[in-house]
Amino acid sequence: MAGTDALRTPVIARPADDPSIAPRLQRIWETEAGFIGALSSVDHKDIGKRYLVTAFVFLILGGLEAAVMRWQLALPNQHWLSPEAYNQLFTMHGVTMIFLYALPVLSGFSNFLWPLLLGSRDMAFPRLNAFSYWVFLFAGVFLYGSFPLGRAPDAGWFNYVPYSSLDYNPGINIDLYALGMVLLGVSTTVGSINFVVTLIRTRAPGMSINRVPILVWGTLTASVGNLFAVPAVSLAFLMLWMDRRFGTHFFDVAGGGQPLLWQHLFWIFGHPWVYVIVLPAMGIVSDGLPTFCRRPLVGYTAVALATVTTMVLGFGVWVHHMFATGLPPLSLSFFSAATFVIVIPSAVGVFAWIATIWTGRPQFKTPFLFFAGFVVVFVIGGVSGFMTAAVPVDTQLTDTYFVVAHLHYVLIGINVFPVVGGIHYWFPKFTGRLMNERLGKWTFSTMFVGFNVGFFPMHILGVLGMPRRIYTYPAGLGWSAWNMVITIGAYLFAVGVLLFIINVWRSWRGGARAGPNPWNAPSLEWATPSPPPPYNFAIIPTVASRYPLWESRMTGHRGRSSTAEGFLLDDGRETIGTTPLDALPDVILRMPGDSLAPLWLSIAMTIGFIALLLLNWWVFGAALALSIVAIIAWLWPEARLGQTMDIVREDRHA
Amino acid sequence: MTSRRLALVALAAVAAAPAWAATAMSYLQTHGPAADPATRLGWGLGWISVFVTLIITLLVLGAVLRRRLRNDDPAALAVKSDEGGMGWLYIGVGISTVVLIACVVWTLFVMVAVAMPARTALTIHIDAAQWWWGASYDSGDPQRRVTTANEIHIPVGQPVRFELHSVDVIHSFWVPKLGGKMDVIPGQTNVTWLQADEPGAYRGQCGEFCGAQHANMALTVFADGPQDYLRWTLHQLEPAPPVQGEEARRDQDAFMASCAACHAVRGTAAGGILGPDLTHLMSRRTIAAGLLPNTPGNLAAWVVDSQALKPGSRMPTLALSGPQLSAIVRYLQTLQ
Repeated sequence: MAGTDALRTPVIARPADDPSIAPRLQRIWETEAGFIGALSSVDHKDIGKRYLVTAFVFLILGGLEAAVMRWQLALPNQHWLSPEAYNQLFTMHGVTMIFLYALPVLSGFSNFLWPLLLGSRDMAFPRLNAFSYWVFLFAGVFLYGSFPLGRAPDAGWFNYVPYSSLDYNPGINIDLYALGMVLLGVSTTVGSINFVVTLIRTRAPGMSINRVPILVWGTLTASVGNLFAVPAVSLAFLMLWMDRRFGTHFFDVAGGGQPLLWQHLFWIFGHPWVYVIVLPAMGIVSDGLPTFCRRPLVGYTAVALATVTTMVLGFGVWVHHMFATGLPPLSLSFFSAATFVIVIPSAVGVFAWIATIWTGRPQFKTPFLFFAGFVVVFVIGGVSGFMTAAVPVDTQLTDTYFVVAHLHYVLIGINVFPVVGGIHYWFPKFTGRLMNERLGKWTFSTMFVGFNVGFFPMHILGVLGMPRRIYTYPAGLGWSAWNMVITIGAYLFAVGVLLFIINVWRSWRGGARAGPNPWNAPSLEWATPSPPPPYNFAIIPTVASRYPLWESRMTGHRGRSSTAEGFLLDDGRETIGTTPLDALPDVILRMPGDSLAPLWLSIAMTIGFIALLLLNWWVFGAALALSIVAIIAWLWPEARLGQTMDIVREDRHA
Repeated sequence: MTSRRLALVALAAVAAAPAWAATAMSYLQTHGPAADPATRLGWGLGWISVFVTLIITLLVLGAVLRRRLRNDDPAALAVKSDEGGMGWLYIGVGISTVVLIACVVWTLFVMVAVAMPARTALTIHIDAAQWWWGASYDSGDPQRRVTTANEIHIPVGQPVRFELHSVDVIHSFWVPKLGGKMDVIPGQTNVTWLQADEPGAYRGQCGEFCGAQHANMALTVFADGPQDYLRWTLHQLEPAPPVQGEEARRDQDAFMASCAACHAVRGTAAGGILGPDLTHLMSRRTIAAGLLPNTPGNLAAWVVDSQALKPGSRMPTLALSGPQLSAIVRYLQTLQ
């Protein structure tokens, strides 16, 4: 936790006039080289890159799981995969993509970019940031440890009881899933807290709430949503684990429990979650399109409000996953109406993006292709959802491949496409190099065509009655040819992903070097070198508009943002704290340095969860003790952070 | 692809629609009042979706292609103001809102239209189990109940009420050409209804993931004219015919030894309830919940090694000698 320094007025400096500033800040902020440095780093840029790379590893693993399933389903009556193997694959495919890829990849973007976008030096809680990454990594490894054991969860990512209860699923598969999810929930929760406080507290002076980039709105909204939603699913998994191992009766009918309780708890998390994993990505497009259309986003206020509205409404539609469960029609009609209404804020986004492109002058760079293509795929995903909003239609469409089509159009379309476009866009900022444009265009074409060939026919399969989650199907139902087309398209899409990875790999090692702003973009991160130094900004910028780097070319602005002169804040690791709405400078925040405590705590917690999985109370006790020690070490008051009674100042002239 | 080619492909796709509608699990075309209003709504929402997608795609393509940036001054802005362009939102979101509210209203009307009528012709109890469907019919007389499995007959043109029980996990009762899904949830009795306005066979399949053989949990609803339905019902009410002769008695003994613990045959001592009722097994067209046609060869293959055909199914693989297997299959074939 940062401490504050309320007794000092910060110095204002001009780095252009004082060449000693940069080396001094570099010394203060840089992470020690070597293994220990890497493990103890709390630099948000390192953490962001780790999230991105780790999330992509999980994307590939999830993709391989899908490729194996598609091989089986290409033809009817295949039995090469047993039903058990297939069930583990489709479960882990869902878990991997939805939990281990979709949110972490967006956390990666947000972690790297937020302080740069906001004109700050780090996130509000740097050690908590490192901790959230480590717990995510260990939770992912924990969940994937199930594969070598042959005990991957196999009841679907949605894990309905009673099938996931002990009677029908006696192995540790489900316990592994439950405990892994509770552990992962810790990462998600602390990460969300970090984003919310960072947004409220650490923006550059002048960056009032109506000037922050839409990516920030998206991640902020998602983070607040998480704080309400994640407890529901953690609770549900905890209750399931207790039913399975401690004889409670939350869900089992014989003991007076209710299977539908699981569904309510799961979906009251699950539906907001799907907005969590797309709203930041929509923000990537809202921030990236203006750059390539050479004009500010149309309808900034409407888009920001639509983002928040979508999340709020997202808490009121969860029963649309349960339209076939026999709930009273009156209740179903409310959720049906709400599901139709939630399309409205999405329409705001779609028309804002189209208007931005239409009234702008598009540049056909790879990021632009992904952002423009995304609009079409978004709408297809949106209309298939719109069709399922009608209860009596949904009772036919639900649990068929129609829903598989819908969910992949919204998840690949609204998460993966912006992510891949976003990586092409911010790659120079992450690495200092540009990705290859020609390969990028091939990547887009292959991914776009492959995706549509692979997933559009699933709508047709759905209305031809093919259910989900079946390891094989008979011939003669009109399903076989479409399944073959889908498999081919899916593999073509995989080739596109491979091209992307090749481009990333080659560009990272030898791509063309990039200057600070290769795209002539408007936001603050493009005022730093590529890649930025550990301290981000030599002086804290002041902000006078939504598009600081475009102000000189825009009409109607009285103020001028500045990255040339501002608060120096070089008495140790420091950044400025500002007021929540108008971002007036308020207090100097002293930031913690690198520390191994987050890693120790993550390791201790993971060992604790493994002990719970094995019901080994001695090891659990030891892990708990270790965790407490790590927490104490982490929270031990530091004079340098102003957490003790002494005031310590670094000798600026040493 | 030229626009003419594209038009031909689209035409072919639309022309193929009736063929698609005719496949056994398709609900592009349905055959009864429990489904038809929803099918019309589905087509309506579908056409709206296609229309919206086309318009948006054209707008995006138009926007992308109309004024590309020439590379003379990459730093220049196309629009220098943060305002403007809001007309797009007002019109686009305005039209969307009107369409959406109209769809909400239409949906509510359809929900009323597909609700179960106050009076139904009969009630069928469905017992969904991993991975087959038990069915028993109410009649006035508790001694006379039709009990069958996986293949259900209903009178054509009449609303039929279904009471859904689960023996184990959540399943979903779904006969797409006749109605939407209704989940079968342990601990509660969900009620749904179907009506078939044309005679015929209507395929169904479990619509909620329920374990290893969820993929092979099909059912068939036969809608019969009144005389056929009466004939079927009376026949199903009969117990199994008494065995005549020494060999037949030995066949029955073989059956009793291996099968009676789980299966019932009314009129004999076999009263097991773990597996389907076999009293009129040979009146069914398929076995193993729609997995295999009901032929002597398939029967034999199923009895001797069900796990090879439906791995994970609750029917164990029996260690049977050749003669034992033949005896059992011969006996089963008497269960007309």
